Amino acid sequence: MYKVIASRMIVPNVHVLTVEAPDVVRDMQPGQFVIIRAEEEGERIPLSVSDWDADRGTVTLVFLNIGSTTHRLARLEEGSGIPTVVGPLGNPAEIGLYGTVLCLAGCYGIGSLFPIARALKARGNRIITVLEARSSFLFYWEERFRQLSDKLVHITRDGTKGYKGHVGRLPEVIKALAEPVHRVIVNGCTFLLKRGSDATRPLGIPTTVSLNPIMIDGTGMCGVCRVSVGGVTRFACVHGPDFDGHQVDWPELLQRRKTYMAEEVVPLRTSRCEEHSLHAEETR
Amino acid sequence: MAEKKKPDLERREIPKQPPEVRRHNFFEVALGYTEELAVAEARRCIQCKKPQCVPSCPVEIDIPGFIAHIATGDFQEGVRVLKSRNCLPAVCGRVCPQEEQCEKTCALKKLGGTVAIGRLERFLADWEAARGAPEMPAIQGPTGKKVAVVGGGPAGLTVAGDLIQLGYAVTIYEALHRMGGVLVYGIPEFRLPKAIVNREVQYLQRLGVKLVTDFVVGKTRTIDSLLEEYDAIFVGSGAGLPWFMEIPGENLNGVYSANEYLTRLNLMKGYRFPEYHTPIKVHKRVAVVGGGNVAMDCARSALRLGAESRIVYRRSREELPARLEEVENAEEEGVIFEFLTLPIRYEGDASGWVRRMVCQRMRLGEPDASGRRSPIPIAGDETVFEVDAVVCAIGNSPNPLIGSTTPGLTLGKKGNIMADEATGSTSRAKIWAGGDVVTGAATVILAMGAGRKAARAMHEYLCGS
Ligand SMILES: Cc1cc2nc3c(=O)[nH]c(=O)nc-3n(C[C@H](O)[C@H](O)[C@H](O)COP(=O)(O)OP(=O)(O)OC[C@H]3O[C@@H](n4cnc5c(N)ncnc54)[C@H](O)[C@@H]3O)c2cc1C
Ligand SMILES: Cc1cc2nc3c(=O)[nH]c(=O)nc-3n(C[C@H](O)[C@H](O)[C@H](O)COP(=O)(O)OP(=O)(O)OC[C@H]3O[C@@H](n4cnc5c(N)ncnc54)[C@H](O)[C@@H]3O)c2cc1C
Ligand code: SF4
Ligand code: FES
Repeated sequence: MYKVIASRMIVPNVHVLTVEAPDVVRDMQPGQFVIIRAEEEGERIPLSVSDWDADRGTVTLVFLNIGSTTHRLARLEEGSGIPTVVGPLGNPAEIGLYGTVLCLAGCYGIGSLFPIARALKARGNRIITVLEARSSFLFYWEERFRQLSDKLVHITRDGTKGYKGHVGRLPEVIKALAEPVHRVIVNGCTFLLKRGSDATRPLGIPTTVSLNPIMIDGTGMCGVCRVSVGGVTRFACVHGPDFDGHQVDWPELLQRRKTYMAEEVVPLRTSRCEEHSLHAEETR
Repeated sequence: MAEKKKPDLERREIPKQPPEVRRHNFFEVALGYTEELAVAEARRCIQCKKPQCVPSCPVEIDIPGFIAHIATGDFQEGVRVLKSRNCLPAVCGRVCPQEEQCEKTCALKKLGGTVAIGRLERFLADWEAARGAPEMPAIQGPTGKKVAVVGGGPAGLTVAGDLIQLGYAVTIYEALHRMGGVLVYGIPEFRLPKAIVNREVQYLQRLGVKLVTDFVVGKTRTIDSLLEEYDAIFVGSGAGLPWFMEIPGENLNGVYSANEYLTRLNLMKGYRFPEYHTPIKVHKRVAVVGGGNVAMDCARSALRLGAESRIVYRRSREELPARLEEVENAEEEGVIFEFLTLPIRYEGDASGWVRRMVCQRMRLGEPDASGRRSPIPIAGDETVFEVDAVVCAIGNSPNPLIGSTTPGLTLGKKGNIMADEATGSTSRAKIWAGGDVVTGAATVILAMGAGRKAARAMHEYLCGS
């Protein structure tokens, strides 16, 4: 069991979970992810690493409560345990010296982009952070980003903070900057990744996205995470998760993510009583 | 022995769930011999002076020896003889391709009455298990040396079991959340109940083997990092990288690798969704590409989930690499076989789901490198199957992770670790390897055998005996 050190909802529906997993954080690098199970009968789901402390042996995850597993994770209390935390998985993010890097994040990506932005800053890049959300009350970790960013920009759907609209306004944001952008890094939901890439393509700015297809093992064993990048099939868990956003076959990725849409709502509707009685029967 | 008499050629059938029942459940197909059936079958063995079955068993079990004990009803002694060579008899008795090994060279085969060696092996193992916890072997005094085993499949489990008895401190590191390798994530419950694998794993734990799950060697820690702590390492990481055919439409929704399909079902227990939370789709028409054990397992699983299930194989029935018994079981259960058929592309609907499988019909030509007649396309002869799922079971190769993170470890063309066949030693000192990671996808008994040899060699190296 991996002990839950801290668990709280940071903004509506987004949770921060800190778990003790010393082996996992020993060699952790920005951009990597872990796979966790919330309980013994649980599904394995990938979550990016948003922070870690190698000395204390803890890893911090930020997740959106969206389906059955994240729902269970959201209910975890401090001191409880989860049966699986495995990692670090995937390749570390490339931390090059690019010049000015625009870090674009929304939703859980605000958390997962943080260690990447931090490392890019430490490497000597200038950091422009662009955070996107439906409304201003959904932003979190702003202080962390303010500290490491040379400029911090917001986009909100309802216009309560910064630009009004969505990531489609990114070209305007870039145009308004006093400096050229040499690279864009995007973390967050698939739509943000896609729209961010669409926005930078005409500008010719290299754009790296952290892909989030369905995964099971995270080690290259099952192939469910395959994505087409530049016409070649890649396994996101071992060849990624970072890819060139201008080369990703987005329609295919969006489709593949929907594979279990119908099934995924079943557990949300199943009563726990039924589950318990079935389980008791089979584990006699 | 009694006076010479005509051999009894009536091979005792193993009771099974009837096909029309078992095709709807995931319980084990074969129910096992009763004591009476086992004794009757064992008595048919003519106890050859120079038994030909023994050299055909990759671990050279004293086959007539254990069978003689069954014949006289001394099952305990039979178990002892069996286990002195094979530490996983309940598994091997169920999944070994006996018709290619021990039973192939049985003296009674020519007469048409091959002794059911695998079934007798299984009987003894199950008999022992039914009596409760197995006898604990003697454990030698501690050597003070530590060994790490990478991978909890049959190769790794065997090495751990052998070395712990020789007084080593042994830790197994397994990437997944359960020990057992293919035995838990690949081979389905109806062929190998997971309780059997768990029993073997618990046994190792009782012997003192430390089991660490959720630990990906090469990621969580590298081999070299482990070597700072351990005196020697055995790599038994299997052949877990799935191949695809690289034909159009392979990334449509509903096209799975066999590993994905079987992992969802077996490791994650998708067939008990939503009680277990990993979803598995209920499909109507499933096509499985391939002809090995893996393909049979996928096709029979799809059938049990309620689909019309068909095997699409590019050669003919004769060349099917699967165990004969599983082919027969699949046929009885109603799996449809399309021989001499090769998929060339998949077509999907507007929402990206696979709907049709377009295939090329083949004929057989000259034997190829594998000795089997090679399939040749018949120009212009195409056929189409309506499907809503395709499972690609055309093979696996070793995962490159360990090779790519261990400098100096020599690899073969397919990413397999190069190791000495007799000892499992690799190009790196203190690192041994065996099982599918060395041979490519093979069999449980070969993985076990390789583990045995490596354990012996590691012991010699570490204790100079
Ligand atoms: C490498 C990688 C890193 C990831 N990192 C994070 C992370 O740090 N934080 C985080 O919250 N999520 C992250 N994800 C996504 C996360 O794995 C899924 O949200 C999670 O599997 C959902 O599990 P569930 O059982 O709660 O929901 P499910 O029941 O599996 O899904 C519910 C429904 O929501 C849809 N859905 C699931 N996730 C998303 C999503 N992200 N965007 C849009 N629709 C979605 C599903 O298709 C389904 O229809 C990552 C994914 C990958 C591959
Ligand atoms: C569906 C299916 C059906 C089969 N049917 C039969 C049959 O009927 N009869 C038969 O004899 N054989 C059968 N086989 C083949 C047989 O199962 C394998 O040959 C055998 O399991 C190989 O054993 P192994 O120990 O070498 O590897 P595996 O059983 O593959 O075990 C390797 C283990 O190592 C772990 N691992 C991999 N990489 C790492 C890492 N980096 N760090 C930590 N752990 C790692 C894996 O997760 C896995 O648990 C079948 C195979 C499949 C897939
Ligand atoms: S281990 Fe396999 S080959 Fe050896 S006797 Fe048993 S069934 Fe036959
Ligand atoms: S998650 Fe299984 S291969 Fe990537």
